[in-house]
Amino acid sequence: MSDKTMSDTTFIQEKSTLTAIERQYILLTQNGLPIIEQPYHYIAEEMEISVKEVLALTNDMLERGIIRRIAAVPNHYKLGYQYNGMTVWDIDDEQAEKFGDAVGRLPFVSHCYLRPRHLPQWNYNLFAMVHGKKPEEIAKYRGQIKELLKEALVKRNHDSGQQVLTQSNDMLTSTAILKKTGLRLKK
Amino acid sequence: MDNVTVEQKAKNTSTLSASKEKICHEIADLSTLDKSLINLLQHGLPVCERPFEQIANELGSTEAEVILHLNQLKSSRVLSRFGPMFDAVYLGGAFTLAALAVPEEDFDKVTEQVNAFEQIAHNYRRTHRFNMWFVIATEEADEIERVINAIEEKTGLSVLNTPKLKEFYVGLYLPV
Repeated sequence: MSDKTMSDTTFIQEKSTLTAIERQYILLTQNGLPIIEQPYHYIAEEMEISVKEVLALTNDMLERGIIRRIAAVPNHYKLGYQYNGMTVWDIDDEQAEKFGDAVGRLPFVSHCYLRPRHLPQWNYNLFAMVHGKKPEEIAKYRGQIKELLKEALVKRNHDSGQQVLTQSNDMLTSTAILKKTGLRLKK
Repeated sequence: MDNVTVEQKAKNTSTLSASKEKICHEIADLSTLDKSLINLLQHGLPVCERPFEQIANELGSTEAEVILHLNQLKSSRVLSRFGPMFDAVYLGGAFTLAALAVPEEDFDKVTEQVNAFEQIAHNYRRTHRFNMWFVIATEEADEIERVINAIEEKTGLSVLNTPKLKEFYVGLYLPV
């Protein structure tokens, strides 16, 4: 078990360097693109470069993963996806990457991360967020993830009074948004 | 541990103070074109001089119609965002997901204490003994620990820190 090495580490995000022109692109578009006939012309004018350069820069940033995609992000709730569940799983560290990758590929999973356990109060190391239109729907998704992970779930003694080893998982549903702000590149 | 279900939702929601944003939004009334646009544009906007013309051609519509409908979806907040989605790594700074197990009677007070930190980007109430889950976003990595310590001092509760160790590729698609 690699718990010890994982549990106290604060994840240090590698500083990724951007060129001046990439920073300028992010600062200009991080609040969104105007929905007009020629949105890339708008960027070109603002940045005082050619449209050809904007298209090349955009493609380059897409290829390098700086831009994940240029997309419309729907409000889950307004589309009827009123329910979300943060499913959490106690899976074998040796197999965590393989199974985490498989869970991330499920179409109803929006985020999937490995995170450190904090035994004894928190034994879950795989987090997968699911979304649905009904409570039964997210319960079904949780069941599908469980089926996928059944080989990898850790058997643990959850009750010190008894010597029984059991697997565990949970689903934390959100009942209120207490705060929500966007992440922004600072000037 | 397998027994926490969304049935708890109703119970927990009823204890909220009115000032918090509750999770019950009106479901939008969408036209066929709206739905097609939402489905198609979750995957990405083409990188070309007239991207909406290309979208319109794919959907058998016109560029003007597409632009009109998208702007309406944006202003009615069916779309919360339209534009490039940047990998947070490149926006700089450090992030972590953290949680607190807040006694029910202190929940509103602790919410205020935690939300008062400008480094708290998101905060959700969730069904668990750890009932408050928030994202801490800071400009420098070492600031994360300082914020956690300050939250612990302020609330008298111990913070469960679960920074991501590995992120898996996801392709969320919410069909309408």
